[in-house]
Amino acid sequence: MTTPSPSPSPSGAAEVGGGAAQAGASGAAAGDSGAAPQEVTITLDGREVAARPGELLIAAAERAGVYIPRFCYHPRMRQVGMCRMCLVEVKGPRGFSLQPACFQPVANGMEVRTESPAVKKAQDGVLEFLLVNHPLDCPVCDKGGECPLQDQTLTFGPGETRFVEEKRHWSKPIPVSSLVELDRERCIQCDRCTRFAKEVAGDPFITFQGRGDHTEVNTFPDRPFASYFSGNTVQICPVGALTASAYRFKARPWDLEQVESTCTTCALGCRMVVQSSSGEVVRHLGVDDEAVNHSWLCDKGRFAFEASTAPSRRTHPLLRSDARLRPVSWQVALSEVAGRLRAVLATDGPGAVGVLGGARLTNEDAYAWAKLAKAVIGTDSVDAQLDDGLPAELVAGLPPATIADACAAKVLLFLGPDPREELPVLFLRLRGAVRDHGLDLVELSPVDTSLTDLARASLRYRPGQLVDLVRQLLGSLPPANPAVAAARDRLVAGGGEGVVVALGRSSIAESEEQTVAAAGLLRRMLPGATFLPLLRRGNVRGALDAGLAPGLLPGRQRLADGGAFATAWGGLPGAPGRGARALLEAAATGQVRALFLLGADPLSDFPDRSLARRALEAVELVVSVEAHPNASSEHVDVVLPAAAPSERAGTTTNCEGRLSPVGQKVVAPGLAWPDWAIAVELAAALGADLGFASPADIVAERARLAPLFAGVTSAVLAGTVGRMGALLPLRGRGPDGELGEWPAGATGGLERLDPMAVPGIASVESQGAPSEAGVVRAAGPVVAAPVGGRMAAGDDGPAALLSWEPPEALPATPPVDAYSLRLVAARRCYDGGTAVQASPSLAALAASPALRAHPSELERLGVASGTKVAVRAAPGRLELVLEADAGVPKGVAVLGAVPPAADAPGASALVRAGDPVTEIRLETLEAG
Amino acid sequence: MSAPSTSSPPAIVTGRLGYPDSHTFERFLATGGYEGLRKALRLHPEDVAAEVSASNLLGRGGAGFETGRKWSLLPAGKPVRYLVVNGDESEPATFKDHMLIERDPHQLLEGIVIAAYAIGAAQAFLYIRGEFALGLERVEQALEEAYAYGAVGRDIFGSGFSLDIVVHPGAGAYICGEETALLESLEGKRGFPRIKPPYFPAAIGLYGEPTIVNNVETMSNLPWIVTHGGAAFAALGQGRSTGTRIFALSGHVRRPGNYEVEMAKTTFRELIEAEHLGGGVREGRAVKAFVPGGVSSPWFFPEQLDMPLDQDEVGKAGAMLGSGAITVMDDTTCVVRASWRIVKFFWRESCGQCTPCREGSGWLEKVMHRIETGGGREEDLDLLLDVADNISPGLSWPPAQTTICVLGPSIPPSVCSALSRYRDEFLTHVKEGRCPFPEEAR
Repeated sequence: MTTPSPSPSPSGAAEVGGGAAQAGASGAAAGDSGAAPQEVTITLDGREVAARPGELLIAAAERAGVYIPRFCYHPRMRQVGMCRMCLVEVKGPRGFSLQPACFQPVANGMEVRTESPAVKKAQDGVLEFLLVNHPLDCPVCDKGGECPLQDQTLTFGPGETRFVEEKRHWSKPIPVSSLVELDRERCIQCDRCTRFAKEVAGDPFITFQGRGDHTEVNTFPDRPFASYFSGNTVQICPVGALTASAYRFKARPWDLEQVESTCTTCALGCRMVVQSSSGEVVRHLGVDDEAVNHSWLCDKGRFAFEASTAPSRRTHPLLRSDARLRPVSWQVALSEVAGRLRAVLATDGPGAVGVLGGARLTNEDAYAWAKLAKAVIGTDSVDAQLDDGLPAELVAGLPPATIADACAAKVLLFLGPDPREELPVLFLRLRGAVRDHGLDLVELSPVDTSLTDLARASLRYRPGQLVDLVRQLLGSLPPANPAVAAARDRLVAGGGEGVVVALGRSSIAESEEQTVAAAGLLRRMLPGATFLPLLRRGNVRGALDAGLAPGLLPGRQRLADGGAFATAWGGLPGAPGRGARALLEAAATGQVRALFLLGADPLSDFPDRSLARRALEAVELVVSVEAHPNASSEHVDVVLPAAAPSERAGTTTNCEGRLSPVGQKVVAPGLAWPDWAIAVELAAALGADLGFASPADIVAERARLAPLFAGVTSAVLAGTVGRMGALLPLRGRGPDGELGEWPAGATGGLERLDPMAVPGIASVESQGAPSEAGVVRAAGPVVAAPVGGRMAAGDDGPAALLSWEPPEALPATPPVDAYSLRLVAARRCYDGGTAVQASPSLAALAASPALRAHPSELERLGVASGTKVAVRAAPGRLELVLEADAGVPKGVAVLGAVPPAADAPGASALVRAGDPVTEIRLETLEAG
Repeated sequence: MSAPSTSSPPAIVTGRLGYPDSHTFERFLATGGYEGLRKALRLHPEDVAAEVSASNLLGRGGAGFETGRKWSLLPAGKPVRYLVVNGDESEPATFKDHMLIERDPHQLLEGIVIAAYAIGAAQAFLYIRGEFALGLERVEQALEEAYAYGAVGRDIFGSGFSLDIVVHPGAGAYICGEETALLESLEGKRGFPRIKPPYFPAAIGLYGEPTIVNNVETMSNLPWIVTHGGAAFAALGQGRSTGTRIFALSGHVRRPGNYEVEMAKTTFRELIEAEHLGGGVREGRAVKAFVPGGVSSPWFFPEQLDMPLDQDEVGKAGAMLGSGAITVMDDTTCVVRASWRIVKFFWRESCGQCTPCREGSGWLEKVMHRIETGGGREEDLDLLLDVADNISPGLSWPPAQTTICVLGPSIPPSVCSALSRYRDEFLTHVKEGRCPFPEEAR
């Protein structure tokens, strides 16, 4: 943690967190205390204007419609006041003087001039100074047309330069990482990128070097800007100094078209705009969403669009003949699938058919596939998760918490995978909460993670012993050490009221039973606690909500409580079907004969590679609905090419249960179809009519049949809910009368922070698709609950949603084998995942798999770090490079779950499905 | 550096410097060393502070703020507080602290302990310009001796008061003499001045704690003040300008060097011309201009020679005594070249944080260099003034600024002084396309 410079207001950092956050917090507090003044009045250019106490002048003026030019100011970062662009005149005891508006908290009665001759001259002067050493190579600069330096020079600056001297020169551009290039000649030293790297991302690998007008941003020698968040520096750079390798010279801003969308690379659901040029997606930009991503994206979410145009992209239906997949027409492919499926159904019934996957789909796609599977085919053996998540009933049935709840928790108990690896922007949110208001974070993890340095307590457990640790934390077992006791006291106070549990699987080398049992204990013993599920893969929450889980129907309904679906769908499966593991086990023994893979790659993603392989080899018909080939493709009989993100419109649901839009900007290549259309056509080939001619039909049926989706009509999705996202079920009414959960300050128009965080939107807007990202509108009164409020069922909310009954019995604690290490296997941000591997910018960043263990384990073996060793586990033997890592406790070893190379050994080669833990033994290889 | 003059009494901070071994512990003890500290420790800290207030000792770093008043700005009820002593003297023609550090390090340490005792600091930092290799060596040796002697460390002289002093060498940046940049540098960060307010680190300083930053010469005055009483100090000088002060005299004088003289009772002319002081301008030439208090000050001209060395008088006349560095330019001086050299210094030393200073300093330097080397245009003269005005709006004194710290408004005064007084000389450069002064005179 850095020591903040003395700031006139001790809450300076919190203010930087954004005006909307302030409004939400003060709005919530208003009912309780009402002590602090709600409003102050300042005189702005002779006009009386209301402002929030402690708010920065630059933000207060902006809300009052006065835009004060700026470069270094960014509302999501601590202000530094160094570019001097926002100088305005503020009246003090000795009359008016020039003060930086970004560093001036408003005070009642403050008098401010923003257009006086002195201000104009200062602004002219600063802009002229900024251009002194700027190369003015706008015609060849990617930023030209969306450049704050260009725009503000035109608006506020002098018309001509008086500088006739030689400008400063640097070699250009230099790569600061493999994704970002830096042109130091264009840099105006605003400290945005360097501040982001240090303050927001915690990756301080770029910094100012040199002095005066030879100050440069650069990396340390031989140390690249290796950050999962480096692309954000490109987005917030107010000039063309930082450019993304993936975008350089690809497009001009005025040629870009754009649509607002939601990133589905992981389950966090960051809001973004997708921009295209000449029918090709060229850029993702983060949109400032108060609830989710605060304008940031991770580099995977930012650059993985490259996968859509990868040469390996599926563009035609493929049919295996003579052991090879060959292109065929849709008609041939569909009738082949329908014919073989009919044969299976005729002899073995619907129980012999299974559907795996669906997290890649939109909510509407998932609904159509759920209907196809459960109503047309008649099987309930459908699972969007690959035994690497949590039971769907638990996800839907625990009292929910939002990301904002987690950040504002009294205690956040984090029990899941390393968020920087699996949900990167969640890591930024949690890091910000710790930095800005000292979030009390208690981490339970088998190994050190990115949260370890941020947590007030980071408690270690050996795989298989999570329940023991949770019982210590809940007071039903004596605490193993004082840190546990201290955390326990904070956690159990007040019945867990204000406690948020972030719940996920920290390792897929462990069965889910420990996590489920831990969740059950926490639910029972801390009745006030709420839960944020941390699930793997993009729209997994939406797929579960659409019924792509055994025993469930769309809208978190139990199959047994069929409700309106039983009649409307014309029959439902009689009994709950198999989940992913049971499905693959049944497939391996011939009980399941046809398997649909909805973007699923069991060989890579299922924790037990051996079982997945046996299942895929045994199944007669494997149909893969996919956008890209993957490791399982060699077992696939029919490939149905599907549309990728940005090629179809719809909605997605993030891990907190927030519904938000995914936009279509380009057309799917070749003959690829949206997944819902594939479901409709396949149903037709089977002689059934799903009743959908468009996603709108799906939306209408879903709103009618599934109580969770009550009110989620096409009209609502076209309105503010669709653009802003909303937690389900909808409650409260918005300005247009729609149901919804309304962000503070938003009425008819969007309020977005800092247009410079989304460069070029203003200029694109006039030519591109209508989008309001980045447009700052005067905000009206707050309509309903502030964003981040709890979504407990309101009085008018639909009842009878799913509840989860925790299991009574606790799993046995597996005995420790002193000769073995317990394996921890988790995803890395850059690994063998399909999107990463199909994106040229990212594929090279995936690290080769190495087994990591405590240095003492290497000493015991007598090998040096980097040595190849033999690893024995129940399913077999592997040879892996062993590396020493002091962040891994003794008795534990860590291996990436999905290796970058398809045939390289990953953790799933060592895991036996259903085993509570994975024990491995290390042996040295024979010399020579 | 020339030998210091100790001829005219009273020699408050330079009294020991006539001895060739003035820096040694033995000489220090033999000449009353640490007696001031012993006396101070017998007093209540508030009484020590009261003596300093009574002396009206003005800070010797450049801003000239009353030392006692600065100490009184420390917030009550905050036990952790730091004393930071600024020995990062690096402005051209300023060399008084350099001498005090090298030639009387124990006097400085004694002053630091007295100040720390008065303000209740248990930790002091002595930040010394990295280029002062000999000074650093001597201060570090003196500090070891002082620890061994019991004048620094735990339970000083059995008084119960404890103080640790850390000597921190700078790394070659002028900006780290700006007190808030110095604090950043001490904290291990890049030397960027902090934004004001708060105007003084007294409330929020080093590591966010209350901090007093004082100059080396200020500290070196304290042993005498405690020994002789604040009233004795205040009896010297006149008005707010009490006591004596070291002036670093340089330029075209016959005897450049450091001179301790009574404030307000001495004029610039006396300092420059008296035989035991500056000894007059070289070769009997006339004064063309002089820098009255460091290169960030506007210049003075012959008509101000009879002004007393009084902080307020000089301030009223539109300049400052600043760091006490007086540089004399005789009538052979090219003012274009002289002011260009000064601007060039500030350009090299701008930290790069604020746009006007970062870019404006380089711009002014380039234009000045162009004029001096014969490439000037007539319109450059107004351009210089307007660019300067964008760094320091109004070009008034005391200066307004568009920057975080005062380095920005320190850039224009020399150029503006030279240009307003000797515009014709600039025009001659432009018209002749060369510097009209002979090479050897530059």
